[in-house]
Amino acid sequence: MTDRSSPASAYDGGPESFAFTEANRKYAEKQIAKYPEGKQASAVKGLLDLAMRQMEAETGARWLPRAAMDHVAGILGMAPIRVYEVASFYTMFKTRPVGRHHLQVCTTTPCWLRGSDAVLHACRLAAGNVPDGTVSADGLFSVEEVECLGACVNAPVLWVGDHFYEDLDGPAAQRLIEALKRGEHPRHGPQTGRQNAAPAGGPTTLTEVPPPVPYRPEAATPEPAAGE
Amino acid sequence: MPKLTVDGIEVEVPAGTTVLQACEAAGKEIPRFCYHERLSIAGNCRMCLVELEKAPKPIASCAYPVADNMVIHTDTPGVKAARRGVMEFLLINHPLDCPICDQGGECDLQDQAVGYGFDHSRYEENKRAVKDKNLGPLIKTAMTRCIHCTRCVRFATEVAGVAELGATGRGEAMEIGTYVEHALTSELSGNMIDLCPVGALTSKPYAFVARPWELSRTDGIDATDAVGSNIRIDSRGPQVLRILPRLNEAVNEEWISDKTRFSNDGLTRRRLDKPWIREGGKLRPASWNEAFAAIAARTKGLAGDRIAALAGDMVDVEAMAALRDLMAALGSGNIDCRQDGARIDASRRDFYLFNTTIAGIEQADAALLIGTNPRREAAVLNARLRKRSLAGRFPIGLVGEGADLTYPYAHLGDGPAALAALLDGSSPFLEALKGASHPMVIIGQGAIARPDGAAVLAAAWTIAREIGALGAAWHGFNMLHMAAGRVGALDIGFLPHGGGRDRDGILAGAGNGEIDLVWLLGADEIPMDRLGRAFVVYQGHHGDAGAKRADVILPGAAYVEKDGTWVSTEGRVQRAARAVFPPGEAREDWAIIRAASAALGHALPYGDIAGVRARAEALGAGRLDAPLGGGCIDQGGPSGDPRMLGTEAFAAPVTDYYRTDAIGRASPTMAACAASVAPTSAVAAE
Repeated sequence: MTDRSSPASAYDGGPESFAFTEANRKYAEKQIAKYPEGKQASAVKGLLDLAMRQMEAETGARWLPRAAMDHVAGILGMAPIRVYEVASFYTMFKTRPVGRHHLQVCTTTPCWLRGSDAVLHACRLAAGNVPDGTVSADGLFSVEEVECLGACVNAPVLWVGDHFYEDLDGPAAQRLIEALKRGEHPRHGPQTGRQNAAPAGGPTTLTEVPPPVPYRPEAATPEPAAGE
Repeated sequence: MPKLTVDGIEVEVPAGTTVLQACEAAGKEIPRFCYHERLSIAGNCRMCLVELEKAPKPIASCAYPVADNMVIHTDTPGVKAARRGVMEFLLINHPLDCPICDQGGECDLQDQAVGYGFDHSRYEENKRAVKDKNLGPLIKTAMTRCIHCTRCVRFATEVAGVAELGATGRGEAMEIGTYVEHALTSELSGNMIDLCPVGALTSKPYAFVARPWELSRTDGIDATDAVGSNIRIDSRGPQVLRILPRLNEAVNEEWISDKTRFSNDGLTRRRLDKPWIREGGKLRPASWNEAFAAIAARTKGLAGDRIAALAGDMVDVEAMAALRDLMAALGSGNIDCRQDGARIDASRRDFYLFNTTIAGIEQADAALLIGTNPRREAAVLNARLRKRSLAGRFPIGLVGEGADLTYPYAHLGDGPAALAALLDGSSPFLEALKGASHPMVIIGQGAIARPDGAAVLAAAWTIAREIGALGAAWHGFNMLHMAAGRVGALDIGFLPHGGGRDRDGILAGAGNGEIDLVWLLGADEIPMDRLGRAFVVYQGHHGDAGAKRADVILPGAAYVEKDGTWVSTEGRVQRAARAVFPPGEAREDWAIIRAASAALGHALPYGDIAGVRARAEALGAGRLDAPLGGGCIDQGGPSGDPRMLGTEAFAAPVTDYYRTDAIGRASPTMAACAASVAPTSAVAAE
């Protein structure tokens, strides 16, 4: 299949039942209350994400089993198939089990040109070279190639959990994975010490203090434009 | 009303219609895959592109509302090129397997590819392959052929009311299916086969059986329920290969139930194809003359009141008219058509009709269902109720067994107690009924086929009167029948007369030896063990319960094998033509009775179908020729006393939807359906 992340058919495993915790239940109600009466189904994506996060809290892996989709359908009064349609459409809803750290490597052109192959290789090595879409034997990692994550200026990009790790190369990705393995929370963003999306080798513009703007009294007539 | 010009033809159409409909009004045919008149608009196939002057691009006419002074072109080179482009896209992934596809010859894609397709493909990439889905025993899938028009998804969600199909996945990975594999739980699912514009959903029982151009087509009337759905019977040689709906806006629109569509394979199984006589406790094949002689020997010297006849659920009016005459000639008034023992008062026609009419449901604005589950008893009529319910402001109350009816309703109670509350004014639902200007009451057979049935019937009538459902222009009292032959039988008076016994009396009489001969005309749904030692003549088409008990079997014709007349639950008299001949020595039922009458020495005075029909029309004078619909002329109710209500809850008469008649019980497809719906109980029952 070309798209492993949103398979059109159901996954047969997963927990038998799922229910929101008390806190999540309250949060869900808040989400639902955002929409007008009769349009509760609009909250489906928010609730599915909430369900994935609860799964992460409970099992360590952020994915969406069928029981959770059914639970959301029940809360929103939707036919389950309508929830399945939404969940299988959006790639951020994982309807298959993932590892504790789901490594999503961008391999679209800018990242690929900047060396995403090495990042992907490091990730696959960390997952024990299991096929993409399956979980490593220790349950820690799963790897997925994703399309453009919109952070091309910091290519190549690796997306884990809620964070982007940017400006990677092979060794940097390996160090990152080691840190994840140790249970640390590595600092997200550029891994080269670069400040956000600022130029890689330091600033290239505004390098010197600009000359002071000449004082002009408010009442003075504007200078005629050049050429007039 | 907006006026617009289509290819130079000026048309005026109601506001809110689409450009596609306007084009059709102008007589221009627009190719389409996803658009369907009875479903919501999806606009995803893009085949219906037309040019709108001053618009920068071609527009999808199915999803574009009309406006005044539009100028539409449907036959310019630009339109043609656009449609050819769409067709090329549709064919990127569509397999070139027409020779092995069951849709071949009646395929929208095939037909339109002739008009808009290229003679070769410009694509070298592999075509996508999609795993086939298992949608149960009726629908065969070849999902690789699917062009994602989503007609089936919309039908399941909107018309059938079971939101089980959807489009899962995305982009090239998108698939139509149930996601979690399971059989569809709709009794209208077969209509998706008709809706599917390609060969993705085809009929499983009909798979690889025939090509459409091999079939002869006959217009028929369905006899598996009392809706009177209009059907087209496709046959080849002696066999009915499939049954399709015919358009009739007033009855079935263009839907039919799965039982109607798929029980045809029961027509070739367990058939009675020659007469049989029971000798020494065992049935042996016999000739017609032997069979008639056996009956004649038995009736000789028998007093008329020791003879009785019961008519079954699928019998045509002609056969019942003939049997009624034969019984009268034998001196017997012991005849009844209510083999479930329903306490129907036939003294007036509107006591037993669906007076509102099926199309009239759409004018109703409140409904009370009493002891009925229309979804199981008349699936197509239930689709009409759902259609009305979706249109909004249609409160529905149900007294009886709660069930998923595909629309919301207020469950008022299980039995007569809830009716009593409606009668004495204490039920809160009364407000909704009284506030309605066109309320309707629908009473099912489950409410009246019981000892206090007459009281329930009278109570229902009284409620209808009190909520104002019995007006001069609006008749809101409705009886929902399940048997195709029942209303016709009531119309021609196939009922005890001259002090004769009714169904219970006949059974009791046969049990205690007061009745010696019982003639069962296709009656299989009576407790055969209560017939005692009576001599049973079974005239019918299937070796079902009646034939098992019979002493003489007269092989008759099933509903597709005779020119017959049936009267639907709304009183619509419909005539069907014979599609195939009855098998073997079996004959049309009225002809059997005519021949038997001669053998019994009471030859009936007609010798052809026209004669029987004239006789039936005379018997049903004032009823068969009465106009449909109309208001209630006389508010006086049926004979029962509404205060004599019992206490027992109303039981649903249909427990096994797919096997309510002899044909369904003989059909392997219906057996497979029953097993898929309730795997455990069906297996236990086998």
